[in-house]
Amino acid sequence: MEEFIFLDDIATADVAIESRGDTLEELFSASARATFDVMVDAGDVQPEVKKTLRLENSEIDGLLFDWLAEIIYLKDLEDMVFCKFDIKIKKDVNYHLDAEIFGEEIDQSRHELRCDVKAITFHLFEVYEKDGKWISRFILDI
Amino acid sequence: MNSDMKINKISDWVWEIPKTEKEGMLVPARIFASDTLLESMDKGVFEQITNVACLPGIQKYALCMPDGHWGYGFPIGGVAAFDTEEGIISPGGIGFDINCGMRLITTDLKVDEVRPRLQSLINELYRAVPAGVGAKGDIKVSVSQLKDIMKRGAEWCIENGYGWPQDRERIEEGGHIPGADSSKVSEKAISRGINQLGTLGSGNHYLEIQLVTIENIFDEKIAKVMGIREKDQIVIMVHCGSRGFGHQVATDYLRVFDKAMKKYGMTVRDRELACAPFKSPEGSDYYKAMLCAANSAFANRQIITHRIRESFSKVFNTDARKLGIEIVYDVAHNIARVERYKIDGREKEVLVHRKGSTRSFGPGRRELPEIYRDVGQPVIVGGSMQTGSYLLVGTQKAMEETFGSTMHGAGRTMSRSAAKKKVRGDQLMKTMAKDGILVKAVSMSGLAEEAGIAYKDISEVVETMDVLGISKKVVKLKPIGNIKG
Repeated sequence: MEEFIFLDDIATADVAIESRGDTLEELFSASARATFDVMVDAGDVQPEVKKTLRLENSEIDGLLFDWLAEIIYLKDLEDMVFCKFDIKIKKDVNYHLDAEIFGEEIDQSRHELRCDVKAITFHLFEVYEKDGKWISRFILDI
Repeated sequence: MNSDMKINKISDWVWEIPKTEKEGMLVPARIFASDTLLESMDKGVFEQITNVACLPGIQKYALCMPDGHWGYGFPIGGVAAFDTEEGIISPGGIGFDINCGMRLITTDLKVDEVRPRLQSLINELYRAVPAGVGAKGDIKVSVSQLKDIMKRGAEWCIENGYGWPQDRERIEEGGHIPGADSSKVSEKAISRGINQLGTLGSGNHYLEIQLVTIENIFDEKIAKVMGIREKDQIVIMVHCGSRGFGHQVATDYLRVFDKAMKKYGMTVRDRELACAPFKSPEGSDYYKAMLCAANSAFANRQIITHRIRESFSKVFNTDARKLGIEIVYDVAHNIARVERYKIDGREKEVLVHRKGSTRSFGPGRRELPEIYRDVGQPVIVGGSMQTGSYLLVGTQKAMEETFGSTMHGAGRTMSRSAAKKKVRGDQLMKTMAKDGILVKAVSMSGLAEEAGIAYKDISEVVETMDVLGISKKVVKLKPIGNIKG
């Protein structure tokens, strides 16, 4: 099951998140949902438009960093918020991510917008597997 | 205060963590704070400022200003100067919002003239200065124009009708820092930022209409030099940065530096402090790209100033020139700059990183425009939207003690989610209206996160640096209208 929580007592001015999943795909989806939950009430966002993206990294933490950096970039580039993330991750020498992400164009009059996310940071950044769960902790710059 | 580290009291308001407290510290860490402010600092501040003290080439001390709080990499309020030959540059010492900064603008209007039209003014400014998630600017520029803006910053705006000739000398570095090189910026950064010129952003960014009250003028003579002439005068403050363009430049280079660390055999205690020698190809490229973002932030605040002039002109049906809408100054508080200081009796070139810290240059410094060279640099310190802000002046003491630096704001004490648990945006709006402050915000939850209770007492923060002689109080400014993302 994928889930995320906001960690209150870390990085006062920014937002710290712990995300979890039974698989890497769930972990990446939970982390993306958490990132957009900072910016918008996802219940208002319809999965109308699809974007695809492909990433590769030799390290799993590097891949999660790249993934979050990419969806934050797409938010500004496409002027969109995203609510659904279909992800496939394969490993050979490197990790490969293929994703279809769904959302819609930002409409300030209709979406309940929150705080913009500027970037994913490396501060206290970690990804690990424990008791059959994938867990990550990361801090978003607000 | 929540730290196991030994923190020695050097004098009232100055504290020091000795080099022996953490393996690898090259210099001690110095924190400027009253007893209360030190007590309220979270443990991240002490961890982070001592991590900074371990970075190669650091000079004298790793410094933390009284608004210091837990950030990423450097603490917010962190200042460090590195030898330009032997030292490093780190994106984590500048922040993702490159050249986030403050601009203060005067008017000739009095509060009695503005109050009756305050709601129209707020509505007009809210329309003219897009804010919040998904805000796009209404100035369309081509890629080659954006590259020109990266090089010429506010100068480009003035030449293209978004400013007045006298604005040039009222912006730090004339609104364009030499050395920017657009070939060091990615296509991603360009595509991310090209539609965002003239937008405010979100989080703690704001555009505020403020009031000068007579009891809040601390230095009448310097206030006059800075354009604050009388009680009840209305001024405008803008807090924003380089938007998605700067955020992407920083993200791109954080990855470059993360990899370059291995190449240079360097390690850091926090991955966000990834760095490279300033004179290395990676360090030099980042510096040139960072200046592109810094110049675009000056341009962003310049376009917003133009929109402010248009909005006031429309609401008061008078030419903006006749309303005296003049810039006092514009200061960066997330940046690294090459500067010269006397260190151990010798003048030396250093790269000063300021992350959530403002320059506080004293009189005579050559970087200052002629209009302020005799009195010192205007220092603009933004407080929370409920408690007010300050205009201060830089001093010679700052040049000697803090690499010409001081605080940048009040500093948060409460996390965003904790603030939202205590305050609701709509209720806060009503409370502020009762206190005579009209607010218009894109996001109600974003508004709650910025409630005054989430911040330190700005007067105590400012008092710390005033008593120490690092930056002297000139005027306190009271908010009456606020626009937020």
